[in-house]
Amino acid sequence: MKKFINTDKIYPAIGIFGILIIWQALVVIRQTPMYILPSPIDIGLALVKDWDLIYYHLIVTVYESLAGFAISIILAFLISIFMDSFNFIKKLLYPILVISQTIPIIALAPLFIIWFGFGMMPKIVTVVIVCFFPIAINLVDGMDSIDDDYLKLFKSMKASKIQTLYHLKLPFSMVYFFSGLKIGATYMIMSAVIGEWLGGDRGIGVYMLRAKNAYALDRVFASIVVIVGLSILLITLIELMSKKILVWQNERDEE
Amino acid sequence: MPTQTNSSTNKPEEVIVLNNVKKTFGPMTVFEDISLHVNKNEVVSVLGSSGSGKSTLFNIIAGLYGVDEGIVKVKGSIGYMQQKDLLLPWKTVYDNIALPLKIKKVAKEDINMKIQKYLPVVGLQGYENKYPYQLSGGMRQRASFMRTLMTAEDIMLFDEAFGSLDSVTRGQMQKWLLEMKDILGNTVLFITHDIDEAIYLSDRIYVLSKIPAKIQKEIVVDFHKDDKDKRLLSHKLLELKSEILKLL
Repeated sequence: MKKFINTDKIYPAIGIFGILIIWQALVVIRQTPMYILPSPIDIGLALVKDWDLIYYHLIVTVYESLAGFAISIILAFLISIFMDSFNFIKKLLYPILVISQTIPIIALAPLFIIWFGFGMMPKIVTVVIVCFFPIAINLVDGMDSIDDDYLKLFKSMKASKIQTLYHLKLPFSMVYFFSGLKIGATYMIMSAVIGEWLGGDRGIGVYMLRAKNAYALDRVFASIVVIVGLSILLITLIELMSKKILVWQNERDEE
Repeated sequence: MPTQTNSSTNKPEEVIVLNNVKKTFGPMTVFEDISLHVNKNEVVSVLGSSGSGKSTLFNIIAGLYGVDEGIVKVKGSIGYMQQKDLLLPWKTVYDNIALPLKIKKVAKEDINMKIQKYLPVVGLQGYENKYPYQLSGGMRQRASFMRTLMTAEDIMLFDEAFGSLDSVTRGQMQKWLLEMKDILGNTVLFITHDIDEAIYLSDRIYVLSKIPAKIQKEIVVDFHKDDKDKRLLSHKLLELKSEILKLL
């Protein structure tokens, strides 16, 4: 068993490390200039050298993302409970939710700046627009997929709507909620960055834009590394949380 | 139509009565005219092959479906148990059992007292903090049984409740169920397709025909009433079985 766990971690590590070595070698051999493609080592150096500035910008991005994410979760719960309680509302809102997702966010984000100014607000709104959907849809689908026999059981116990929600629907849809949360988390930093690109004075997106305009590609890549790292960290955190909360689900699957 | 039993001095109290019940789903008629009754403290089975609308009948008695015509009378609280144990996998056995009481807003201490009283009776002592996935099928059915008991103490409805258990466990659970019934003194209505199970457990059996279903026959199982275990080895069981097979 141990052996398998080791190879599980070794192979991805070899893959990532291999790509970095090939990248470094190509840049060195072909003597690619920094403003075309910096080498991994250049990127690492830029990250270390510029860390204070990156950190200064990053804090704002993290704040916007987490605020947007929290709002998304609250909104998703409210809307999905509302949709589950009234069938006509579900029929009313479901297609609108799906359609709203097909609108390119890059076209909407400039409008948010017109509406909400250059502060954090338009970025938070962008994050909410992107993250709300996967969480809400997963919750709605989760509540929808409850076995009818369970609902009958609760009916026979004469449970009220709120009791059924609390004891059955919400716990049951936690599995779906967490898979929505993971999808949301992958996009959340990225959507805040998109919001920052279009205007603002602080945030990792602003930093990235300025670095790009200065052809400091090593710094552009350094900020990419930071965004990727942060996103992975968040996904891992959610994964750990879901494992802890959904113990019963995992144990049952292993049976 | 066997709606009236002996109308002598101590007429048994009828806790479930169905009179001329008709039920349709759109163009499909499930029951044309069903009449049956269950007396207090009786064990009654409704026996039918699959597709005889057994579960519909069950849902009607449980109060989950309405009827098109006829009268349904249920006296007392009614709880039901299905083939699927329907335990909530994220709750411990204790919390699963406590659920119907919690829903009725019974005080915490009273819930605890009641559960502690019945846990040893149903044989779940020591299992209360386990999760359903940690239990065997038979133990899960016991937990489900106890939850049903907490929902309602008067009447228990079983819809092929032991259908998913292996035959050894099923036999044990049937025997256990009769013991429970003796201790609790409640009324039991069994809906099943298993002829042996019906004969073994019941005081009376209603045999249901195929859709549109009607009561083919009411059979009073009057041998070995005091020691139902003996029924399994009795030749009368075989006679009754062949009679029922002809009806189905």
